Parts: sequence; structure tokens; C-alpha cells
Amino acid sequence: MALSIRLFTFAAPSRFYWLSGLLAPWLWAAAVVLSVIGLYIGFFVAPTDATQGDAYRIIFIHVPAAWMSMVLYLVMAGWAGVGWAFKARLASMVARAIAPTGAMFTFIALWTGAFWGKPTWGAWWVWDARLTSELILLFLYLGYIALVEAIDDVRRADNAGALLALVGAVNVPIIYFSVKWWNTLHQGASISMTSAPTMAKTMLLAMLLMTFAFWAYAFAVVFVRTRAIILEREQHAEWVAKLLNRGAHA
Amino acid sequence: MGAGFVAVYARDLRLAMRQRIEALLPIVFFVVAVSLFPLGVGPEPAMLRQIAPGIVWVCALLAAMMSVTNLYAADYADGSLEQMLLSGHSGVVIVAAKACAHWTVTGLPLVLSAPLFGLLFDMNVTALGVLTISLLLGTPMLSLLGSVGAALTLGLRSAGVLIVLLVLPLSIPALIFGTGAVAAVESGLSPTGHYSILGALLIFTILTAPAAAAAALRISLE
Repeated sequence: MALSIRLFTFAAPSRFYWLSGLLAPWLWAAAVVLSVIGLYIGFFVAPTDATQGDAYRIIFIHVPAAWMSMVLYLVMAGWAGVGWAFKARLASMVARAIAPTGAMFTFIALWTGAFWGKPTWGAWWVWDARLTSELILLFLYLGYIALVEAIDDVRRADNAGALLALVGAVNVPIIYFSVKWWNTLHQGASISMTSAPTMAKTMLLAMLLMTFAFWAYAFAVVFVRTRAIILEREQHAEWVAKLLNRGAHA
Repeated sequence: MGAGFVAVYARDLRLAMRQRIEALLPIVFFVVAVSLFPLGVGPEPAMLRQIAPGIVWVCALLAAMMSVTNLYAADYADGSLEQMLLSGHSGVVIVAAKACAHWTVTGLPLVLSAPLFGLLFDMNVTALGVLTISLLLGTPMLSLLGSVGAALTLGLRSAGVLIVLLVLPLSIPALIFGTGAVAAVESGLSPTGHYSILGALLIFTILTAPAAAAAALRISLE
């Protein structure tokens, strides 16, 4: 019993506000330090690729960004669903805070993919199954953001967004396999990323460091954004008034 | 349950018949949009034949999205939608009946007129048949998915554009396998595999979309 109470302690917006404020600076620091180390190893230590030259080095940003874009969609849909099913306000706020970060990582994955594709494939864009489904993922993020921004009533916006995110999450595998099959029908890119030779250890290390850096960044920015949403929505609560007064006097 | 379905379905059809021109507008949009493509890409029959299934399918998608915006709007504005949901009939049944009526009014005429447009694009008879069957299996999905979008955006200022953004990504599988069936038959393969997948997608959509749309209506009317 005592444990179950502790588990939900930080579901209260006021306590989450305090905890996230405490953690955010450390997460920012971790994001900066990890990406500096990761980028140094990736750009200066890792060996040059035999076939792709130095152009491949964008992989250290591209692949972690693509991973984050997919994971964050599922996390967003999960929290939005929790917020809808259990009427947990904080979960809905977190879901809304995740969406812009997820969309940004999707965009980065597409953008760096284009930069990588030009020197290696000779084209900024090919209608490859992965690229196409990443593009569709961006549309799903934009749809979610547009829907929740278009609805003025907060509760309706949260719940409608949750429904849309869950419908999207169910459809993502269907869309992915459709696009994959469509691509084989149309004979897309002849060079596939899966045929790349196995990776050197330093490359893997740099990629992992960048992944952790992106995770830290995602946590930090989602925390900061959630704090802003909490202040906005709880502006009539006593603890917010106290907090703001203290800020004004200090 | 059956009685509620029939009542809502018949009511929506009667309402559509009283505003015939309005009900025909999606078809007119379809006709105009399809006719623009040869003017845009040039009149070479070989190229038109190749892109015809894609054009017909994409225009059918857009026509469905245009018309689905009004699926609940009028009933929401005069309060009858709330009364329907309070009537004791399941929201799922009402949503299914309305989506079914929407398909009868806009989807079915699209399916029936598609062969005509195939002829404009110089498609052969076999490909025309396959295109029609793929539309017959695919357009109900558009009405069902569209009803989810319409329920989510009920009463919003920018509902029309929002529906397009919300629903089009979800309808990509229907588009892929619908046009894929025609492509298969044109390269000498059997289209039955595509039919099977379209059918499976349709069954999945029939089972899930009305429930999602009913939940969305409840959220929007809270």
C-alpha cells in the first residue's frame, strides 16, 4: 500500500513541477556533454567508411533521431491514452509536451537523410519504404498537434488528441508494411541501407552516445514544456499563485 | 439495434435526396479534379494510361474527405445528433449507419462513374473492371475513416482542412493496394492478392472505425 501511494506521488502537477525543475538542469547538462563526446568520437575518432567516405558520418545524428521519432510517438500515444482512460491530467500534459519534440526529431531524421542520400544515392529523396513511412509519421505528428491546437476546450483537446494518437499508433504498422510492399512493387532504390557492412566498435559507441544524448535532450525539453503547460493550466491553483508571488518578491 | 441502423440510414438518405445538388457536389468535384490531370501532365495516351488508376483513386480520396466534413455538422448544429446519442441506441450503430449512408450518397456514385473516367484515360476493359472493384472495396473505408475525422473535428473552425490532415495518412494503405491491384493486372499478374488485403483492411476498418468514431463523438459532445 505504501508503495502504491509513492508510485503516483509525482502524478500531482505540483510535485511533478518541483521534481522536473530539479532534474531538468542535470538532463540539459547530460545532453550537452554526451553529444559533445558522441560527436567528437563520431566525427574525429571513428574510421572513414570504405565505400561512403566521410559522408556516412551523418549517421550519428540521423539514426538516433529516427529512433527517437518512432519511440516518442509510442510514448506520446501511451501517455495520452493513460490521460484519457484514467483522467490523469499530468499524463495528458506530458503527451502534449512530447508532440513537438517528436515532430522535430522526425524532421531531423528526414533532413539528415536527404543530406546523406545526396552523396551516396545521388538523390535528395527516394521513395524508399523507410523514408516514406517516416514522412507519414511526420504527418501523423502534425495531425495530432493541429488537432489539439484547434480545440479550445482543454479536456476535449486532450481526449480527442489521445484518440487520434492511439488510432495512429494502431495504424503505423499497417502503413509501414503497405509502403514496404508498394515499394517492392515499384522497384525503388537499388541501394539498401541494410546491406551496409557491420559497424566498427567506435561507430557503435558514438551512435549509442548520441542516442543517450537525444534521450536526455528529449526528457529535458519535455520536462520544461510540461512545466510551462502546468503553470498555464493551473494558474488559478493556490500553489502556483504562491510560487509566482515568491518569484515577484525575490 | 437493426431498427436504429435502418432508421438513421433511411433518414440520412432522405435528407440527401432533398438536397440533391448538394449531395452531387463531391461527384462534381471528382469529375473536375480528374479532368484537370490530362491538362496538367499532357495528352500522351501511354502516360495517361499509366497514371489513370492513381489519379482516379487520389481524386476519390479527396472527394470523400470534402464531403465527410458535413457528415455530422448539420445534426450537430440543430441538436439532433445529441438527441440521437441520448436515444438509447448505441453510438456505434448510429455512427455506422451515418457512414453507410455517406458511402451510398458519395462513394457508390464514384465507384459507378470510375469506369467512365478510365475510358477518358484510355484504360483497357480488364483494368477498368479491376479499378472499379478496388474502389468498391476501398471507398467504404474512406467513409468510415472519414467519420472518425469528422467526429474528432466536430464544430471546429478549420474542420475541413483538419480532416484532410488527420485522415489522409490513415487511408494510405487503401490507396496503395487499390492502385496496386490495377498495376498488378497490367503487368500480367492476378489482382486477387490485392483484393484480399483490401478486403481484410475493410473488415478491420468496419470493426474498429465505428467504435472510434462513437468515442470521438462522445469526447466532442462532452
